[in-house]
Amino acid sequence: MEYQEYQLRETAAKLLEEEKANVVIGYGLSKTGKVVPVFITRPEDAQKLVWNSECHQNLVVFLTRPEVKRLGKPAIVVKPCDARAIVVLANESQIMRHEVYVIGMVCEGVNEDQGRPSSRCAICYGHYPQNVDQVIGEAEDAPKDLSKEERRKTGKYQRIEEIKALPPDERLAYWKREFSRCVRCYACRQSCPLCYCNRCVADKNRPARIPTSASLQGNFAWNILRAFHLAGRCVSCGACSAACPAGIDLNLINLTLANAAEEQFDHLSGTKVGALPLIGTFSESDKEDFIR
Amino acid sequence: MEKTNTDQTFEPKIIAFVCNWCTYLGADLAGTNRLEYPANIRIIRLPCTGRIDFNLVIKAFEVGADAVLVSGCHPGDCHYNAGNYHARRRWILFRELLEVLGIETERIHFSWISAAEGAKFQKFVTEIVDKTRALGPYRGYQSITHESEER
Repeated sequence: MEYQEYQLRETAAKLLEEEKANVVIGYGLSKTGKVVPVFITRPEDAQKLVWNSECHQNLVVFLTRPEVKRLGKPAIVVKPCDARAIVVLANESQIMRHEVYVIGMVCEGVNEDQGRPSSRCAICYGHYPQNVDQVIGEAEDAPKDLSKEERRKTGKYQRIEEIKALPPDERLAYWKREFSRCVRCYACRQSCPLCYCNRCVADKNRPARIPTSASLQGNFAWNILRAFHLAGRCVSCGACSAACPAGIDLNLINLTLANAAEEQFDHLSGTKVGALPLIGTFSESDKEDFIR
Repeated sequence: MEKTNTDQTFEPKIIAFVCNWCTYLGADLAGTNRLEYPANIRIIRLPCTGRIDFNLVIKAFEVGADAVLVSGCHPGDCHYNAGNYHARRRWILFRELLEVLGIETERIHFSWISAAEGAKFQKFVTEIVDKTRALGPYRGYQSITHESEER
Protein backbone atom coordinates (compact mmCIF):
# COMPACT_ATOMS: atom_id res chain seq x y z
CA MET A 1 0.00 0.00 0.00
CA GLU A 2 2.88 2.38 0.81
CA TYR A 3 4.49 1.72 -2.53
CA GLN A 4 1.12 2.27 -4.20
CA GLU A 5 0.92 5.65 -2.44
CA TYR A 6 4.40 6.57 -3.68
CA GLN A 7 3.48 5.54 -7.23
CA LEU A 8 0.23 7.47 -7.01
CA ARG A 9 2.03 10.69 -6.02
CA GLU A 10 4.58 10.25 -8.81
CA THR A 11 1.80 9.65 -11.34
CA ALA A 12 -0.24 12.64 -10.19
CA ALA A 13 2.78 14.99 -10.29
CA LYS A 14 3.66 13.78 -13.77
CA LEU A 15 0.10 14.19 -15.06
CA LEU A 16 -0.04 17.77 -13.77
CA GLU A 17 3.44 18.65 -15.04
CA GLU A 18 2.70 17.31 -18.52
CA GLU A 19 -0.70 19.02 -18.37
CA LYS A 20 -2.49 15.79 -19.12
CA ALA A 21 -4.74 16.83 -16.29
CA ASN A 22 -5.49 20.15 -14.61
CA VAL A 23 -6.74 18.66 -11.39
CA VAL A 24 -6.19 15.36 -9.64
CA ILE A 25 -9.13 14.28 -7.53
CA GLY A 26 -7.81 12.02 -4.82
CA TYR A 27 -7.63 11.35 -1.12
CA GLY A 28 -5.70 13.53 1.29
CA LEU A 29 -5.56 14.27 5.00
CA SER A 30 -7.51 16.94 6.83
CA LYS A 31 -5.94 18.98 9.65
CA THR A 32 -7.31 16.44 12.11
CA GLY A 33 -5.77 13.55 10.19
CA LYS A 34 -8.98 12.30 8.66
CA VAL A 35 -8.98 11.03 5.08
CA VAL A 36 -10.87 13.55 2.93
CA PRO A 37 -11.17 14.27 -0.78
CA VAL A 38 -8.52 16.63 -2.13
CA PHE A 39 -8.27 18.46 -5.42
CA ILE A 40 -4.62 18.80 -6.43
CA THR A 41 -3.86 21.41 -9.07
CA ARG A 42 -0.10 21.94 -8.65
CA PRO A 43 2.51 19.21 -9.22
CA GLU A 44 4.29 20.03 -5.93
CA ASP A 45 1.08 19.36 -4.03
CA ALA A 46 0.93 15.78 -5.32
CA GLN A 47 2.76 14.76 -2.11
CA LYS A 48 -0.47 15.49 -0.24
CA LEU A 49 -2.16 12.52 -1.83
CA VAL A 50 -2.63 9.47 0.37
CA TRP A 51 -3.69 5.90 -0.22
CA ASN A 52 -4.68 3.73 2.74
CA SER A 53 -7.48 1.60 4.09
CA GLU A 54 -9.48 4.68 5.15
CA CYS A 55 -10.00 5.83 1.55
CA HIS A 56 -13.58 4.63 1.44
CA GLN A 57 -15.33 7.59 -0.17
CA ASN A 58 -16.38 7.30 -3.79
CA LEU A 59 -14.80 10.30 -5.50
CA VAL A 60 -16.62 9.75 -8.79
CA VAL A 61 -19.46 11.85 -7.38
CA PHE A 62 -17.33 14.97 -7.98
CA LEU A 63 -16.92 14.42 -11.72
CA THR A 64 -20.39 15.72 -12.52
CA ARG A 65 -20.27 18.70 -10.12
CA PRO A 66 -20.08 22.07 -11.93
CA GLU A 67 -17.61 23.54 -9.42
CA VAL A 68 -15.23 20.65 -10.07
CA LYS A 69 -15.74 20.82 -13.83
CA ARG A 70 -14.54 24.42 -13.68
CA LEU A 71 -11.12 23.22 -12.46
CA GLY A 72 -10.37 21.79 -15.90
CA LYS A 73 -9.53 18.36 -17.18
CA PRO A 74 -9.67 15.91 -14.28
CA ALA A 75 -7.67 12.89 -13.31
CA ILE A 76 -9.36 10.79 -10.65
CA VAL A 77 -8.24 8.17 -8.14
CA VAL A 78 -10.67 5.27 -8.05
CA LYS A 79 -11.11 1.91 -6.42
CA PRO A 80 -12.37 -0.96 -8.57
CA CYS A 81 -15.96 -0.45 -7.35
CA ASP A 82 -15.80 3.29 -8.09
CA ALA A 83 -14.42 2.57 -11.55
CA ARG A 84 -17.71 0.90 -12.42
CA ALA A 85 -19.52 4.16 -11.66
CA ILE A 86 -17.32 5.91 -14.23
CA VAL A 87 -18.35 3.36 -16.85
CA VAL A 88 -22.04 4.03 -16.07
CA LEU A 89 -21.54 7.81 -16.22
CA ALA A 90 -19.87 7.49 -19.61
CA ASN A 91 -22.55 5.09 -20.87
CA GLU A 92 -25.20 7.58 -19.80
CA SER A 93 -23.32 10.42 -21.58
CA GLN A 94 -22.71 12.34 -18.37
CA ILE A 95 -18.96 12.48 -18.91
CA MET A 96 -16.78 12.19 -21.97
CA ARG A 97 -14.65 9.21 -21.04
CA HIS A 98 -11.56 10.41 -22.98
CA GLU A 99 -11.64 13.71 -21.08
CA VAL A 100 -11.09 11.99 -17.74
CA TYR A 101 -7.86 10.28 -16.77
CA VAL A 102 -8.75 7.41 -14.50
CA ILE A 103 -6.15 6.11 -12.05
CA GLY A 104 -7.33 2.74 -10.77
CA MET A 105 -5.94 1.46 -7.49
CA VAL A 106 -5.63 -2.24 -6.80
CA CYS A 107 -7.72 -2.47 -3.66
CA GLU A 108 -7.43 -4.79 -0.68
CA GLY A 109 -10.62 -3.51 0.89
CA VAL A 110 -11.30 -0.34 2.87
CA ASN A 111 -12.70 0.64 6.23
CA GLU A 112 -15.39 3.11 7.00
CA ASP A 113 -15.77 4.60 10.47
CA GLN A 114 -12.67 3.99 12.59
CA GLY A 115 -11.41 0.68 11.33
CA ARG A 116 -14.78 -1.02 10.83
CA PRO A 117 -14.48 -2.83 7.47
CA SER A 118 -16.79 -1.36 4.88
CA SER A 119 -19.85 -3.53 4.32
CA ARG A 120 -19.45 -3.14 0.57
CA CYS A 121 -16.12 -4.94 0.68
CA ALA A 122 -17.82 -8.10 1.90
CA ILE A 123 -19.53 -8.37 -1.49
CA CYS A 124 -16.57 -7.13 -3.53
CA TYR A 125 -17.01 -7.69 -7.25
CA GLY A 126 -13.29 -7.46 -7.99
CA HIS A 127 -10.14 -6.11 -6.42
CA TYR A 128 -8.44 -5.23 -9.71
CA PRO A 129 -9.78 -2.09 -11.44
CA GLN A 130 -11.26 -2.51 -14.91
CA ASN A 131 -11.73 0.06 -17.69
CA VAL A 132 -9.21 2.52 -16.27
CA ASP A 133 -6.35 4.41 -17.93
CA GLN A 134 -3.68 3.34 -15.48
CA VAL A 135 -3.53 0.73 -12.77
CA ILE A 136 -1.46 1.30 -9.64
CA GLY A 137 -0.56 -1.83 -7.69
CA GLU A 138 0.08 -5.42 -8.58
CA ALA A 139 -2.65 -7.90 -9.39
CA GLU A 140 -0.84 -10.53 -7.28
CA ASP A 141 -1.24 -8.39 -4.14
CA ALA A 142 -5.01 -8.26 -4.48
CA PRO A 143 -7.14 -10.77 -2.57
CA LYS A 144 -8.92 -13.43 -4.60
CA ASP A 145 -12.20 -12.27 -6.19
CA LEU A 146 -15.43 -13.92 -5.13
CA SER A 147 -17.37 -15.94 -7.64
CA LYS A 148 -21.04 -15.19 -8.17
CA GLU A 149 -21.97 -18.15 -5.94
CA GLU A 150 -19.56 -17.13 -3.19
CA ARG A 151 -20.94 -13.60 -3.24
CA ARG A 152 -24.43 -14.99 -2.72
CA LYS A 153 -23.22 -16.51 0.55
CA THR A 154 -21.93 -13.25 2.00
CA GLY A 155 -23.60 -11.29 4.78
CA LYS A 156 -25.46 -8.74 2.69
CA TYR A 157 -27.10 -11.27 0.43
CA GLN A 158 -27.92 -13.41 3.43
CA ARG A 159 -29.56 -10.40 5.05
CA ILE A 160 -31.75 -9.89 1.96
CA GLU A 161 -32.71 -13.55 2.04
CA GLU A 162 -33.52 -13.25 5.74
CA ILE A 163 -35.78 -10.28 5.09
CA LYS A 164 -37.42 -12.03 2.15
CA ALA A 165 -38.16 -15.03 4.34
CA LEU A 166 -40.22 -12.94 6.80
CA PRO A 167 -43.98 -12.60 6.29
CA PRO A 168 -44.95 -9.38 4.41
CA ASP A 169 -46.19 -7.49 7.49
CA GLU A 170 -42.94 -8.15 9.36
CA ARG A 171 -40.93 -7.08 6.33
CA LEU A 172 -42.92 -3.86 6.22
CA ALA A 173 -42.49 -3.41 9.98
CA TYR A 174 -38.72 -3.80 9.56
CA TRP A 175 -38.55 -1.07 6.92
CA LYS A 176 -40.93 1.11 8.92
CA ARG A 177 -38.44 0.96 11.82
CA GLU A 178 -35.57 1.73 9.47
CA PHE A 179 -37.23 4.53 7.50
CA SER A 180 -38.72 6.16 10.61
CA ARG A 181 -35.14 7.22 11.44
CA CYS A 182 -34.67 8.94 8.06
CA VAL A 183 -34.39 12.71 8.45
CA ARG A 184 -34.53 13.40 4.71
CA CYS A 185 -31.12 15.06 4.65
CA TYR A 186 -30.60 13.59 1.16
CA ALA A 187 -27.00 12.67 2.01
CA CYS A 188 -27.66 9.39 0.16
CA ARG A 189 -28.47 11.37 -2.95
CA GLN A 190 -25.53 13.75 -2.62
CA SER A 191 -22.99 11.00 -2.04
CA CYS A 192 -24.20 8.85 -4.93
CA PRO A 193 -22.11 9.15 -8.10
CA LEU A 194 -25.13 8.21 -10.21
CA CYS A 195 -27.65 10.64 -8.66
CA TYR A 196 -26.55 13.48 -10.88
CA CYS A 197 -29.81 15.21 -11.89
CA ASN A 198 -29.46 18.97 -11.64
CA ARG A 199 -32.90 19.14 -10.19
CA CYS A 200 -34.02 16.08 -8.30
CA VAL A 201 -37.63 15.00 -8.62
CA ALA A 202 -37.81 15.08 -4.82
CA ASP A 203 -37.16 18.83 -4.90
CA LYS A 204 -39.86 19.57 -7.42
CA ASN A 205 -42.91 21.07 -5.80
CA ARG A 206 -45.23 22.02 -8.65
CA PRO A 207 -46.64 19.46 -8.30
CA ALA A 208 -44.85 17.76 -5.40
CA ARG A 209 -44.22 14.20 -6.58
CA ILE A 210 -43.49 12.87 -3.12
CA PRO A 211 -44.28 14.28 0.34
CA THR A 212 -41.30 16.44 1.30
CA SER A 213 -41.61 16.24 5.07
CA ALA A 214 -39.69 13.61 7.02
CA SER A 215 -42.89 11.71 7.82
CA LEU A 216 -43.00 7.96 7.49
CA GLN A 217 -45.11 8.33 4.37
CA GLY A 218 -42.64 10.72 2.78
CA ASN A 219 -39.68 8.59 3.84
CA PHE A 220 -41.14 5.51 2.19
CA ALA A 221 -41.92 7.43 -0.97
CA TRP A 222 -38.42 8.93 -1.07
CA ASN A 223 -36.53 5.73 -0.38
CA ILE A 224 -38.54 3.78 -2.94
CA LEU A 225 -37.98 6.54 -5.46
CA ARG A 226 -34.25 6.72 -4.78
CA ALA A 227 -33.80 2.98 -4.97
CA PHE A 228 -35.80 2.59 -8.14
CA HIS A 229 -34.11 5.44 -9.96
CA LEU A 230 -30.92 3.44 -9.43
CA ALA A 231 -32.41 0.16 -10.61
CA GLY A 232 -30.00 -1.50 -13.02
CA ARG A 233 -27.57 1.41 -12.50
CA CYS A 234 -26.31 1.10 -8.91
CA VAL A 235 -22.76 -0.24 -8.78
CA SER A 236 -22.96 -1.23 -5.09
CA CYS A 237 -20.22 1.18 -4.05
CA GLY A 238 -21.99 1.62 -0.70
CA ALA A 239 -21.59 5.40 -0.62
CA CYS A 240 -25.24 5.86 0.39
CA SER A 241 -24.99 3.54 3.39
CA ALA A 242 -21.73 5.18 4.47
CA ALA A 243 -23.25 8.66 4.19
CA CYS A 244 -26.52 7.95 6.00
CA PRO A 245 -26.41 9.73 9.39
CA ALA A 246 -29.29 7.59 10.64
CA GLY A 247 -27.38 4.40 9.88
CA ILE A 248 -29.99 2.97 7.53
CA ASP A 249 -28.44 0.28 5.35
CA LEU A 250 -29.70 1.84 2.13
CA ASN A 251 -27.39 -0.26 0.04
CA LEU A 252 -29.46 -3.28 1.01
CA ILE A 253 -32.39 -2.01 -1.08
CA ASN A 254 -30.15 -1.16 -4.00
CA LEU A 255 -28.49 -4.53 -3.78
CA THR A 256 -31.90 -6.18 -4.01
CA LEU A 257 -32.45 -4.47 -7.33
CA ALA A 258 -28.90 -5.08 -8.53
CA ASN A 259 -29.37 -8.72 -7.63
CA ALA A 260 -32.66 -8.88 -9.56
CA ALA A 261 -31.03 -7.22 -12.57
CA GLU A 262 -28.25 -9.79 -12.49
CA GLU A 263 -30.62 -12.74 -12.06
CA GLN A 264 -33.28 -11.70 -14.55
CA PHE A 265 -31.33 -9.86 -17.21
CA ASP A 266 -27.73 -10.92 -16.61
CA HIS A 267 -26.99 -7.22 -16.22
CA LEU A 268 -24.14 -6.17 -13.95
CA SER A 269 -24.04 -2.40 -13.98
CA GLY A 270 -20.77 -0.69 -14.91
CA THR A 271 -18.98 -3.74 -16.21
CA LYS A 272 -19.59 -3.18 -19.90
CA VAL A 273 -18.44 -0.09 -21.79
CA GLY A 274 -21.18 1.16 -24.11
CA ALA A 275 -23.91 -0.92 -22.49
CA LEU A 276 -27.42 0.45 -22.91
CA PRO A 277 -29.30 1.28 -19.73
CA LEU A 278 -31.29 -1.65 -18.37
CA ILE A 279 -34.44 0.40 -17.91
CA GLY A 280 -34.84 2.32 -21.12
CA THR A 281 -34.29 -0.72 -23.26
CA PHE A 282 -36.33 -3.89 -23.47
CA SER A 283 -36.41 -7.32 -24.97
CA GLU A 284 -39.48 -8.86 -26.52
CA SER A 285 -38.70 -12.00 -24.57
CA ASP A 286 -38.83 -10.36 -21.11
CA LYS A 287 -40.78 -12.58 -18.75
CA GLU A 288 -44.42 -11.75 -18.17
CA ASP A 289 -45.64 -14.50 -15.87
CA PHE A 290 -47.10 -11.85 -13.55
CA ILE A 291 -49.17 -10.19 -16.30
CA ARG A 292 -52.61 -11.56 -17.08
CA MET B 1 -60.70 8.92 4.61
CA GLU B 2 -64.01 7.57 5.83
CA LYS B 3 -63.63 5.50 8.97
CA THR B 4 -67.13 3.99 8.89
CA ASN B 5 -66.01 1.01 6.84
CA THR B 6 -66.01 -2.09 8.97
CA ASP B 7 -64.79 -5.36 7.58
CA GLN B 8 -68.31 -6.64 7.11
CA THR B 9 -69.31 -3.83 4.81
CA PHE B 10 -65.84 -3.54 3.35
CA GLU B 11 -65.89 -2.20 -0.16
CA PRO B 12 -62.40 -2.21 -1.64
CA LYS B 13 -61.04 0.87 -3.34
CA ILE B 14 -59.16 -0.10 -6.45
CA ILE B 15 -57.24 2.33 -8.59
CA ALA B 16 -56.79 1.33 -12.22
CA PHE B 17 -54.05 2.93 -14.28
CA VAL B 18 -54.93 2.19 -17.86
CA CYS B 19 -53.59 3.21 -21.22
CA ASN B 20 -55.58 5.48 -23.47
CA TRP B 21 -55.45 3.26 -26.53
CA CYS B 22 -56.28 -0.25 -25.40
CA THR B 23 -57.55 -0.86 -21.90
CA TYR B 24 -59.45 2.42 -21.62
CA LEU B 25 -61.25 1.57 -24.84
CA GLY B 26 -61.73 -1.97 -23.55
CA ALA B 27 -63.47 -0.50 -20.51
CA ASP B 28 -65.46 1.73 -22.82
CA LEU B 29 -66.52 -1.28 -24.85
CA ALA B 30 -67.58 -3.08 -21.68
CA GLY B 31 -69.78 -0.06 -20.97
CA THR B 32 -71.36 0.22 -24.41
CA ASN B 33 -71.98 -3.53 -24.38
CA ARG B 34 -73.80 -3.11 -21.04
CA LEU B 35 -71.38 -5.51 -19.35
CA GLU B 36 -71.68 -4.84 -15.66
CA TYR B 37 -68.62 -4.73 -13.45
CA PRO B 38 -68.19 -3.62 -9.82
CA ALA B 39 -68.07 0.10 -9.12
CA ASN B 40 -65.08 -0.33 -6.77
CA ILE B 41 -62.70 0.50 -9.52
CA ARG B 42 -61.51 4.06 -10.17
CA ILE B 43 -60.07 4.36 -13.62
CA ILE B 44 -57.24 6.78 -14.32
CA ARG B 45 -56.45 7.16 -17.98
CA LEU B 46 -52.86 7.73 -19.02
CA PRO B 47 -51.36 8.07 -22.50
CA CYS B 48 -49.47 4.79 -22.34
CA THR B 49 -48.43 2.04 -19.92
CA GLY B 50 -44.92 3.40 -20.40
CA ARG B 51 -46.13 6.60 -18.71
CA ILE B 52 -47.28 4.81 -15.58
CA ASP B 53 -44.66 5.99 -13.13
CA PHE B 54 -43.96 3.58 -10.27
CA ASN B 55 -44.57 6.55 -8.00
CA LEU B 56 -48.21 6.57 -9.02
CA VAL B 57 -48.64 3.09 -7.60
CA ILE B 58 -47.10 4.15 -4.30
CA LYS B 59 -49.21 7.30 -4.35
CA ALA B 60 -52.35 5.21 -4.84
CA PHE B 61 -51.53 3.19 -1.72
CA GLU B 62 -50.72 6.40 0.16
CA VAL B 63 -54.20 7.77 -0.47
CA GLY B 64 -55.82 4.55 0.67
CA ALA B 65 -56.12 2.19 -2.27
CA ASP B 66 -56.63 -1.45 -1.37
CA ALA B 67 -55.40 -2.67 -4.72
CA VAL B 68 -53.95 -1.27 -7.92
CA LEU B 69 -54.55 -2.39 -11.47
CA VAL B 70 -52.11 -1.58 -14.24
CA SER B 71 -53.24 -2.42 -17.73
CA GLY B 72 -52.32 -1.63 -21.30
CA CYS B 73 -51.97 -2.91 -24.83
CA HIS B 74 -50.87 -6.45 -25.63
CA PRO B 75 -47.19 -6.81 -26.61
CA GLY B 76 -46.83 -5.71 -30.22
CA ASP B 77 -50.00 -3.60 -30.10
CA CYS B 78 -48.66 -0.48 -28.40
CA HIS B 79 -49.79 2.74 -30.05
CA TYR B 80 -46.25 4.04 -29.50
CA ASN B 81 -44.68 0.73 -30.59
CA ALA B 82 -42.78 -0.09 -27.43
CA GLY B 83 -44.28 1.65 -24.38
CA ASN B 84 -45.68 -1.55 -22.97
CA TYR B 85 -42.36 -3.37 -23.39
CA HIS B 86 -40.63 -0.64 -21.42
CA ALA B 87 -43.31 -0.83 -18.76
CA ARG B 88 -43.02 -4.61 -18.52
CA ARG B 89 -39.29 -4.50 -17.85
CA ARG B 90 -39.78 -1.78 -15.25
CA TRP B 91 -42.47 -3.77 -13.43
CA ILE B 92 -40.30 -6.89 -13.29
CA LEU B 93 -37.74 -4.99 -11.23
CA PHE B 94 -40.27 -2.94 -9.30
CA ARG B 95 -42.02 -6.05 -8.05
CA GLU B 96 -38.71 -7.32 -6.66
CA LEU B 97 -38.26 -4.09 -4.75
CA LEU B 98 -41.80 -4.15 -3.34
CA GLU B 99 -41.34 -7.78 -2.37
CA VAL B 100 -38.35 -6.97 -0.15
CA LEU B 101 -40.02 -3.87 1.30
CA GLY B 102 -42.98 -5.99 2.35
CA ILE B 103 -45.56 -4.25 0.19
CA GLU B 104 -48.08 -6.91 -0.80
CA THR B 105 -47.52 -7.60 -4.47
CA GLU B 106 -50.73 -9.63 -4.67
CA ARG B 107 -52.51 -6.30 -4.45
CA ILE B 108 -50.92 -5.05 -7.64
CA HIS B 109 -52.43 -6.54 -10.77
CA PHE B 110 -51.06 -6.36 -14.27
CA SER B 111 -52.83 -7.23 -17.47
CA TRP B 112 -52.91 -6.67 -21.18
CA ILE B 113 -56.44 -5.80 -22.30
CA SER B 114 -57.06 -4.67 -25.87
CA ALA B 115 -59.76 -2.29 -27.13
CA ALA B 116 -61.73 -5.32 -28.34
CA GLU B 117 -61.66 -7.14 -24.99
CA GLY B 118 -64.55 -5.57 -23.11
CA ALA B 119 -65.53 -8.96 -21.78
CA LYS B 120 -61.99 -9.61 -20.51
CA PHE B 121 -62.05 -6.25 -18.76
CA GLN B 122 -65.34 -7.10 -17.03
CA LYS B 123 -64.09 -10.54 -15.98
CA PHE B 124 -60.72 -9.27 -14.78
CA VAL B 125 -62.14 -6.39 -12.76
CA THR B 126 -64.77 -8.64 -11.14
CA GLU B 127 -62.02 -11.10 -10.24
CA ILE B 128 -59.69 -8.58 -8.62
CA VAL B 129 -62.54 -6.94 -6.69
CA ASP B 130 -63.51 -10.35 -5.29
CA LYS B 131 -59.89 -11.13 -4.51
CA THR B 132 -59.31 -7.79 -2.78
CA ARG B 133 -62.53 -8.19 -0.81
CA ALA B 134 -61.18 -11.53 0.44
CA LEU B 135 -57.81 -9.95 1.34
CA GLY B 136 -59.51 -7.17 3.29
CA PRO B 137 -58.46 -3.53 3.56
CA TYR B 138 -54.77 -2.86 2.99
CA ARG B 139 -53.90 -1.92 6.55
CA GLY B 140 -50.16 -2.30 5.90
CA TYR B 141 -49.57 0.74 3.76
CA GLN B 142 -52.50 2.65 5.26
CA SER B 143 -50.82 2.43 8.67
CA ILE B 144 -47.83 4.28 7.21
CA THR B 145 -50.10 7.12 6.14
CA HIS B 146 -51.97 7.15 9.45
CA GLU B 147 -48.80 7.20 11.53
CA SER B 148 -47.58 10.13 9.45
CA GLU B 149 -50.79 12.05 10.06
CA GLU B 150 -50.70 11.50 13.81
CA ARG B 151 -47.32 13.13 14.21
